[in-house]
Amino acid sequence: MTHLLTFICLAPLMAFVVLSIAREHLSETVVALIGVGSIGVSAFLTMIIGYQFLADPVTGGVYSESLWTWMQVGSFAPTFTLKLDALSLVMLGVVTGVGFFIHLYASWYMRGDEGYARFFSYMNLFVASMLFLVLADDLLFLYFGWEGVGVCSYLLIGFWYKDPANGAAARKAFIVTRVGDTLMMVGLFILYREFGTLHIETILQAAPQAWITGNQTATFACLLLLGGAVGKSAQLPLQTWLPDAMAGPTPVSALIHAATMVTAGVYLIARFEPLYVLSPFALACVGTVGAITLLLAGFTALMQTDIKRILAYSTMSQIGYMFLAEGVGAFDGAMFHLVTHAFFKALLFLSAGSVILAMHHEQDIFRMGGLRTRLPFVFVCMLTGSLALVAFPFTAGYFSKDEILYQAYLSGHHGLWMAGLVGAFLTSLYSFRLIFVVFFGPERSHHTTDVHASPAPSTQSLSHHIPLAVLLVMSLLGGYIHLPLDGLFAEPVAMSADSLVIEYLPVVVSLAGIALAWMLFLRLPHLPAAMAANGLTGTIGRLWRNAWGFDALYGLLFVRPFVWLAQMNRNDILDQIIGVIPLGLRGLGSTLSLTQNGNLRGFAAVSAIGLCVLLGMVLFT
Amino acid sequence: MTLVWLILIPLLGGAMSWQSGRWSSVAPRWLALLTLLIGLGLSLWLWLTQDFSLTGAGFAAAADSAPADAVPQWTLEYRAQWIPAIGASFHLGLDGLSILMIVLANLLGVLAVASAWRDTDADPGFFHLNLLWNLVGVIGVFLALDLLLFFFFWEMMLVPMYFLIALRGYNPPGGKSRQHAAVKFVIYTQASGLLLLVSILGLVFVHSQSTGLLSFDYHDLLDTPMEASVEWFLMLGFFIAFAVKMPMVPLHGWLPDAHASAPASGAADVAGLLLKTAAYGLLRFGIPLFPNASLEIAPVAMWMGVAGVVYGAVVAFSQADIKRLIAYTGISHMGFVLIGIYAGTEQALIGVVVQMIAHGLSAAALFILCGEIHERYGTRDMRQLGGLSTPMSNLPRLFMFFALATLGLPGLGNFVGEFLILSGAFSVAPLIAITASVGLILSVLYSLIMVQRTLHGPLRASTNNPSPSPVDLSWRELTIVVSLLILLVGLGLYPQPVIDTASASIHAFDALYAGGVSP
Repeated sequence: MTHLLTFICLAPLMAFVVLSIAREHLSETVVALIGVGSIGVSAFLTMIIGYQFLADPVTGGVYSESLWTWMQVGSFAPTFTLKLDALSLVMLGVVTGVGFFIHLYASWYMRGDEGYARFFSYMNLFVASMLFLVLADDLLFLYFGWEGVGVCSYLLIGFWYKDPANGAAARKAFIVTRVGDTLMMVGLFILYREFGTLHIETILQAAPQAWITGNQTATFACLLLLGGAVGKSAQLPLQTWLPDAMAGPTPVSALIHAATMVTAGVYLIARFEPLYVLSPFALACVGTVGAITLLLAGFTALMQTDIKRILAYSTMSQIGYMFLAEGVGAFDGAMFHLVTHAFFKALLFLSAGSVILAMHHEQDIFRMGGLRTRLPFVFVCMLTGSLALVAFPFTAGYFSKDEILYQAYLSGHHGLWMAGLVGAFLTSLYSFRLIFVVFFGPERSHHTTDVHASPAPSTQSLSHHIPLAVLLVMSLLGGYIHLPLDGLFAEPVAMSADSLVIEYLPVVVSLAGIALAWMLFLRLPHLPAAMAANGLTGTIGRLWRNAWGFDALYGLLFVRPFVWLAQMNRNDILDQIIGVIPLGLRGLGSTLSLTQNGNLRGFAAVSAIGLCVLLGMVLFT
Repeated sequence: MTLVWLILIPLLGGAMSWQSGRWSSVAPRWLALLTLLIGLGLSLWLWLTQDFSLTGAGFAAAADSAPADAVPQWTLEYRAQWIPAIGASFHLGLDGLSILMIVLANLLGVLAVASAWRDTDADPGFFHLNLLWNLVGVIGVFLALDLLLFFFFWEMMLVPMYFLIALRGYNPPGGKSRQHAAVKFVIYTQASGLLLLVSILGLVFVHSQSTGLLSFDYHDLLDTPMEASVEWFLMLGFFIAFAVKMPMVPLHGWLPDAHASAPASGAADVAGLLLKTAAYGLLRFGIPLFPNASLEIAPVAMWMGVAGVVYGAVVAFSQADIKRLIAYTGISHMGFVLIGIYAGTEQALIGVVVQMIAHGLSAAALFILCGEIHERYGTRDMRQLGGLSTPMSNLPRLFMFFALATLGLPGLGNFVGEFLILSGAFSVAPLIAITASVGLILSVLYSLIMVQRTLHGPLRASTNNPSPSPVDLSWRELTIVVSLLILLVGLGLYPQPVIDTASASIHAFDALYAGGVSP
């Protein structure tokens, strides 16, 4: 395995360097070759190393390559060391595998864009950072990748920089996640103070000895790491950036905001599982955050009209499931769902991208309709993706989501289980609302709003078909993959009795959701409109459409006060106050200069008074 | 004698450059560049060949034995008679901390001359005289081991800077004039300089009272026995003097004006060097001379640092002038430095050194790029800029890079500095470190708004745009900025050379805090 890990990371990094230096001097074909090829190399090397790792396990289950010591101050010496264990292997596979097909698709999707090379340079930098994140064996190195992916996300969301709205969305994403990152940073400080190192393995081994279960410091550290995780993974209360992040090109949404970066929080918590086990309270928080997020996001997705925003809320909700799974201790379930979700959500986003291009950058689902005849292949992809998303039996999502709900029930978290069940119903409702509105029904007139819209690229291209086809197969069969995670995590304790009802209830609920979607959006299409007109249901609908008003709330609590304060203080009040001193001196000077009026009588009077005072002081003291 | 050359080279070069300005407008530039390159070469040579990890360097040896009779050691030392009557000597000393600062000063000097290469200037000779003599003062401060000599160099930085701003500066539209900025700069620095002088004289007086020896020498004055109240007052004099230069909120008013009015491209980064002399002064003199009182004021100083971090960032966010924005980010970054200095752990102090170098590099690059924007569009006002990404290619992406460096992206130098400072401070003052971490969020706010308002959005045809299609960076400009980029990446990924060089001197200060800070 000599240096394979290094090369896996180096390929996209080198491609980034080449592309960002030679940007506009390369033709689109060369750029695509470098940009997609580098990820292809990484994916290929990952296959080799994955095969070796599984066929010929190293002792201890961990293989690592040390690069160099980042900095050494006293005993503090974080290193750049790439570490491969079963958990990173799973992530590595997702990042390079799914990443490669999304890159391939992007080489079709972005054709003709003036920033073609810039796009791929950012995408490659993203993959490199993501690889650092999942392969890091030191928390500081992990944070390096963690911030790196955040910056790439910022750069790619604001990729079409001419529209200030995209810039605002990009900034929002960066700032909100940075709030989480800063919490995580404080978590790093605590862990460093407690253990004198940020080496992950050392911390995880020392923690059970240093802390008993329920230790307060452990809880603080876990909650702060959770802060970082909810920021990156768009969970409550830092979830508001994800829907806006859809301003980026669609392959970006597929890669960063569905398959890889947003699941980094799930990975982080899974990585620190031994720490979270020490803090039942923190773990309960993880589960609760997941459950609430999946419900809120599910309701919100019901009322969205933008195809990408529906998928964004769906992503948020599915990551909620992963957090829920971790909260009940089903860490392998969470990782399993992470993998299958990467397949079908990437498929959904890429299909949505094809729809959007075919509709000349129209994203409103109510301006589409009946597309199944016009885009049959895309329809099949979208349908398969949706079926996997709603956990239709024997699709990929079925196995993973079912396991999560099953484990939630078995471990005695019945409240979380109920939330997951309601979420499953919502998932199938909003997913099939999308399918029925976009692909069935009448073809709605679509006078393109964008007059300058370029003709849609031909969908008859291999770089369009192959990624969709592969992800389609993976969404169908991905559930049969057995992740090599056995024995990595502590088994959740069974608290409740098993029963057939518990096992099959999610399926029934999902089918009911599909049926209701069919009723509402195909059979009785006037019903939703009637509900929107009604006072009570209309109000609830508006609340859901605005994602429960979080944006307005945060605007009121944080954004507006800050901007107001900054604007008020634009001229630096402290500087102004100090500026009063010279004014005062000048005033004093001019006042005193009034006495220098050459008036002899005045001088004489003042002198006489002064003399009297002096004499008085001499005499009376 | 090598140390004297470090000072003499820019001194002579400045004079020659000035005189050559009488018969040529090109010669001063070449002379100044050549001089500074020699100075840079000399300092780099010293860095590479000399041993800065002396086990006996600084107070390190003393930390193990008895700190009371510690005799600091230096990698290189030079001593000559100056004014024997009052015990002042021409005493220079070089250790790891000073060599790093001197290399930085020479480097920024070279870049300042190079980036001002095409400035249409009526009197380039005089400009370069001031630039070089300002550097003489800066380098002198980094070397001086005699307090009177230190004060001499401290004041010497001031006059050339005044001329740079007042005569060669720039009048920001709508703002105060450059003369106003220059006078403000002089008054702030003179007032603090006076305080410094009084405190130095007081210290010398106390020392001669108790030991009968009249001396300005650093070695003699260390461990001067004095009453707690006297130590407290003298420390306060040093502290305030350095705090003004640093600058510490609320004594920062001179900085944004001075930066905004400093000459368009080059000299602003030299202005940034002045801030580092203050931090150096605290590390070299302020704390070692008055260890007990410094320990007492540490929590206050750290909270002042937090105030600077937050206040600088908030004010930066709302600035319209790019240069003022960058100046306020400097206040925010120096807030971290103040926290690190008074946290006093080894990690935090190493972080301080890295942070100073990283900020020197990144702020210099931003100032230079800002000068290039000004040159092309005739304005630095972000209300009139926007969409620069469209017509140009290199300038925007480099600007973006340094904006990301400013917000502390891991992998670049600033992150190493900030992380070490905060994690070092966390072990002694968790609450302060946590509050200061808010600065990490605020830095994103001001950096990104700066990027948005200059590079992104629709391209604005600026009203006073001199040319419809501005040219991208020339090779000269590209070389300057890219070299800063490489240094910043190097510092971010492998800061070890800097850490190793500084660590011996840092151990010294570290030992002073052996008693621990009690916030």
